[in-house]
Amino acid sequence: MIDGIIALYIFMLAAFTGYEVISRVPVILHTPLMSGSNFVHGIVLVGAMVALGGATSTLEQVIGFIGVILAAGNAVGGYVVTERMLQMFLASGNRQKKGHG
Amino acid sequence: MGVFSSQSMIQVSYLVVAFLFIVGLKRMSSPVTAASGIRWAGLGMLLATIVTLAFMGASQTNLILVVSAILIGSVLAWVTGKRVAMTDMPQMIALYNGFGGGAAAAIAAVELFRGSEHSLTHLALAVIGGFIGAVSFSGSLIAFGKLQGLITKSIRFAGQKFVNLLILIGTVGLGVVVVFGINDAPPAISLFFALALVLGVAMTLPIGGADMPVVISLYNALTGLAVAFEGFVLDNAAMIIAGTVVGSAGTLLTQLMAKAMNRSLGNVLFANFGEGSSAACAGVNGTQKAIEASDAGVMMAFSQKVIVVPGYGLAVAQAQHKVWELCQLLIERGVTVKFAIHPVAGRMPGHMNVLLAEAGVPYELIADLEEINAEFETTDVALIIGANDVVNPLARTDPSSPIFGMPSLNADKVKNVIVIKRGQGQGFSGIDNALFVLDQTRMLYGDGQAAANQLIQAVKAVE
Repeated sequence: MIDGIIALYIFMLAAFTGYEVISRVPVILHTPLMSGSNFVHGIVLVGAMVALGGATSTLEQVIGFIGVILAAGNAVGGYVVTERMLQMFLASGNRQKKGHG
Repeated sequence: MGVFSSQSMIQVSYLVVAFLFIVGLKRMSSPVTAASGIRWAGLGMLLATIVTLAFMGASQTNLILVVSAILIGSVLAWVTGKRVAMTDMPQMIALYNGFGGGAAAAIAAVELFRGSEHSLTHLALAVIGGFIGAVSFSGSLIAFGKLQGLITKSIRFAGQKFVNLLILIGTVGLGVVVVFGINDAPPAISLFFALALVLGVAMTLPIGGADMPVVISLYNALTGLAVAFEGFVLDNAAMIIAGTVVGSAGTLLTQLMAKAMNRSLGNVLFANFGEGSSAACAGVNGTQKAIEASDAGVMMAFSQKVIVVPGYGLAVAQAQHKVWELCQLLIERGVTVKFAIHPVAGRMPGHMNVLLAEAGVPYELIADLEEINAEFETTDVALIIGANDVVNPLARTDPSSPIFGMPSLNADKVKNVIVIKRGQGQGFSGIDNALFVLDQTRMLYGDGQAAANQLIQAVKAVE
C-alpha cells in the first residue's frame, strides 16, 4: 500500500519532525524525553500483533508470541516510567504555585 | 463491508495515532506541558492497539495468543515500572528499550521464516531492521545489567575490536545470504539473529559504566530505526512515522549527551574509556581530611552563599528530600542557596533534576554548568553530595587523565568544600579526585541521607 517513493517521503518528513521537536529541549527534560521517546517506539506492538496474527507455523507463533510480550513490555513500561517521572515535575510546579499564593 | 473497510479504518486511525505521538513528544519537550505530553502519546498507543486488535482479522488461535501475550507483557511491565525506585530509572529505560528492539527483531524473524511473498526490498528492510533490533535488544540488556550492578566488570581483551569486526562481517554476510535466499534455509536465518545478538553483547561489554547514558540513548534511537524498518515491511504507517521520529530525535539526544561529556560518539563506543587510568594518572597526592557534621553545619549556617552539587550518591541514598530540608533551613537564615547540576550528574542527563523536582526544589534554584561555573569563586561553601567525577579539577588540569577535557564544575574555586561521601573510594570512572585532597576540602563520611540529617540538626542547633 505504501509505495517506495511515498515511503521515502514519509521517512524524510518524519526524520525532520523528530529533529525539530527535540532541538530546543532544556537539559532537565533529557531523561524524561528519552523515556518518552522510548515509549513511542513501543508502537512496535501493533506490528508484533500483526506478525503473530498472521503466523502460520508453530515456530512463527512462538517467536511472534515472545515479540508481542516484549513489545507490550516496551509500551506499558515506557509509559509507566515516563508518567512517574513527569508527575514529579507537575507536583513540584503545583507546590511552587501554592508557595507563591 | 460498507463504506469503511477494515484496512481504511486502520489507516485512518494510524494517521490520528501519528498526530497524537508527535503532539505528545512536542509537549514533553517543555517543562510546563511535559506531564500532559505522555498522556497524549499514551492515548495514541491505546487507540492503535484497540483498532489493530479489532480489525486485523487473525485466526481465533492467533487472536487468543495475541491477547494473552499483551496481558502478560503489560502486567509484568506495569508492576516493575510502578515498583522501581526513581534512582533506578535509567536501567529500566534501558530494559524497556531492549524489549522494543527484541520485538522488532521478532517481527523480522516471523516475516523471514514465513518467507515467499516479499519483494527483495522488503526482505532487505526486514533483515536490516531485524539486525538493528537484535543488536539493540542484547546491547540494552547488557547496559541494564551494568547499571543494575549485575555486571560489574568491563570485559576487555587484546584484539577485541578485531573480534567484534569479524562478528559484524559474519552477521552482514549472513544477512546477505538471507536476503538473496541463496540456501533458502531456516538455519541461515537463525544463525543471522544469533550472531546479531552476540554482536550487541560484544559491543556493549567493554564500555564503561560512566558512558552508559550515551549508549542507552543510542540504542533507543536504534530501536526507533528498527521499528521504522519493520514498519516498511508491514506497510504500517504508524510504525514508520513513530519509529523514524524516535530514530532522529534519539540521535539528536545522543549527540547532545555526548557533547555534554565532551566526547564523540566514536570515542564512547570504541575508546575503552578508563583503561588503566588510575595507574597512569600522577595528579593526585595528599590525604583526605575529615570533618564533623556539627562543624560543617555551623560553617554553612554562617555563610553567605552555598552551592549544592548533587551526584549519583544522592540518588543512591535517596537524600533529595533531606537535602532540600537542609537548604530550606539555610534559606530561612538568609543564606543564598543554589543547586549546580552537571549535564551528566547521576547516570543520565536530567536525572538529578528529576530527583530534585521530586523533593520540591523550585526550578529557579537549579542552575546548569554554564550558568553557575563563574559563581563558584564568590561562594563560601560548596556542598558536594555523592558527586565525584563531575567536580574533579583534573578534567581541566591533567592532560593525562582520561576525563581531561570533560566540562567540570569549578568546585575547587570555592573557599570551603564539604564532601559527603560514603568512603574514600574512587568515582564511577575509577579515577582519583584531586578536589578531595585540597587544603580547603573537608570530608563528611557517611550515607548521604544520614549526613544531611546530621547537618539539619547542626544548623537547627545554631542560634
